[in-house]
Amino acid sequence: MTLEELEQIAKSVQQENAKYDYEVNVCMDLACASQGADKLREALVNAAAASGKKVLIRRTGCMGPCSSGPLVRVDPDETLYHHVKDANAEAIVSSLGGQPVPELQCDLNDHFDKQVRVVLENAGHIDPEKIDDYIAQDGYKALMTALLEMTPFGVVHRITESGLRGRGGGGYPTGLKWSTVAKASGDVKYVVCNGDEGDPGAFMDRSVMEGDPHRVIEGMAIAAYAVGASKGFIYVRAEYPVAVARLTTALRDARRRGLLGNAIGGTTFSFDIEIRLGAGAFVCGEETALLASIEGRRGTPRPRPPYPAVSGLWGKPTLINNVETYANIAPIVRNGGKWFFNMGSDRSKGTKVFALTGRITHTGLIEVPLGIKLHEIIDTIGGGVPGGHQLKAIQTGGPSGGCIPADMLGIGVSYDALMAAGSIMGSGGMIVMDDTSCMVNVARFFIEFCMTESCGKCIPCRAGTAQMHTLLSRICDGSATMDDLALLEELCDTVKSASLCGLGQTAPNPVLSTLKYFRNEYIEHIVHKRCPAGVCNIEAPVEVLA
Amino acid sequence: MPAFTPPPLPSDDKRWKIVNGTMRKNGFARHALIETLHTVQSSFGYLDDDAIRFVARSLRVPLSQAYGVVTFYHYFSLKPPGKHTVTVCAGTACYIKGADKLIAAAEKRLGVAQGQTTSDGQISLMTARCVGACSRAPVVLCDGAVVGEMSGEQMLEQLERWSVE
Repeated sequence: MTLEELEQIAKSVQQENAKYDYEVNVCMDLACASQGADKLREALVNAAAASGKKVLIRRTGCMGPCSSGPLVRVDPDETLYHHVKDANAEAIVSSLGGQPVPELQCDLNDHFDKQVRVVLENAGHIDPEKIDDYIAQDGYKALMTALLEMTPFGVVHRITESGLRGRGGGGYPTGLKWSTVAKASGDVKYVVCNGDEGDPGAFMDRSVMEGDPHRVIEGMAIAAYAVGASKGFIYVRAEYPVAVARLTTALRDARRRGLLGNAIGGTTFSFDIEIRLGAGAFVCGEETALLASIEGRRGTPRPRPPYPAVSGLWGKPTLINNVETYANIAPIVRNGGKWFFNMGSDRSKGTKVFALTGRITHTGLIEVPLGIKLHEIIDTIGGGVPGGHQLKAIQTGGPSGGCIPADMLGIGVSYDALMAAGSIMGSGGMIVMDDTSCMVNVARFFIEFCMTESCGKCIPCRAGTAQMHTLLSRICDGSATMDDLALLEELCDTVKSASLCGLGQTAPNPVLSTLKYFRNEYIEHIVHKRCPAGVCNIEAPVEVLA
Repeated sequence: MPAFTPPPLPSDDKRWKIVNGTMRKNGFARHALIETLHTVQSSFGYLDDDAIRFVARSLRVPLSQAYGVVTFYHYFSLKPPGKHTVTVCAGTACYIKGADKLIAAAEKRLGVAQGQTTSDGQISLMTARCVGACSRAPVVLCDGAVVGEMSGEQMLEQLERWSVE
């Protein structure tokens, strides 16, 4: 495969598409698929055949506003239809060339206006199972450019220049990580993609792997060239069967096209990728636990250093990045580091994908430049809290993150600002809570999660989370005292400072942040035996008769 | 050192050949343990003692280590699943939208706790950590099919249909 051949493929795809007058894109991501997008696509194909019009019906990955699904977008006019049923297929097809169907049309301009799409640029525009569709959107061009025109050092330099930071949550500078692995000695090195999106309430990585799998593969191949690896692993949750299937197809097609395998692009660079399935363990998102799991062992973390960059998979230098980090690589190589550096805020560059869910009007996937104000995400993009309820908090970072109260919506979304607010960026889950949520109960929910998911290797996490859960349960059922609260705070400190890995060290965060901003709710439960949100089941205290 | 000969298949059941295929594809390497256990579970529905023993011997992994891996990961089950499985997603978005009430209602209706199967072997009640369909919360998987914005009544109707089958 050469650059010319890639262009040839892109041209032939364009010629093929030019045969059609209209393109009807049907979102087939999980949310839309669960509402009958499959049947809808069939109905559209039948309606198009019956009409005699030249229509291309294409299945695509997630278009974004899942709460409006099933979604259909008609090109070239870019008309977006929402809540489309299979019964609407004929109306849509017969409207082609005339006026759009008014009752299905949706106005989501506010939702899209503030978004910038880098990682999701192809989502909703290509068929994820067709490698040629990806190539037609400049796919694999970055890999070929890197291989033919850049040195490995040059690639690392470009990533460093972009200011990209790890999108898995930690925010470690990607360029620095790459250069550490590149400098590590040894003939055998590995590149690993962390697709173990265990954070409940987040589905960005699933959408990328399902909607644009080649983007991840291309990013990994560029990384492998940059650090000098010839073998890669994608670690995917077993709970994501569609992602596994799409990646399997994508890997097969990339091999057939000579974009993976031996002597890629006629160079001496060889690289191939294997998929490894997770088996339901949140701790496997932690890098050393993930490596243990790839090696076929129990997913327990080990102390660092040595970091995987020096001693990782089977003791070899290993580069581990998250799905979204790899998805950013191809556009950075294509457009230059400066281009990426110019997006975002001071120390958080580029864009970030968030899964916006919970008590909000427009749920779904969004991609915004970092530094955007939280209220822009909630009010403008998300459309606010529905049903006349009052916004209470935004939860980011999953079980390792915290709750940001409604009066802090003025902060910009960046690694540092979220950290300063007592939460973390995390992988990108953003769960909106209104006055129907009890913050003590939410804290208990997360501690219960960490307690169940603790691997049991170190005591602070294993026993600490269990004790914290007991204390929080007591507060929730109204039997706690102020001493219990003091003990809880002390335990938070112990678990945070003494746990072995990130899971334990961050487990107290949901408690600490709710204590910081919603302490009065804890006090209400303990002193007045009352749950302000009416969630906790506190039995009225029995009055003792004198 | 004599060449390693993998143990014979436990029975004529064709599914063992699929399991063996996964191990052969990986050159009977020890790191294929989790991959192989996945194949066993997808072929047989669960992992019984014979299966764990067979896989451990084939991959030359100590039985204790194989059992340790099986019990570490939530995805692996040591008990056969019911004829139907209802899985309530217990992710954060689903929780905020009342998944805990769905779980409680299902437990009450079926008379079993989460992770268990009804005594007639008809329905298994499971919870998932997050299936990634958070925008349609609360989400329930009915025999693997995603149903979004599930109401309590809707779920109980489904359970009713399954239990009288």
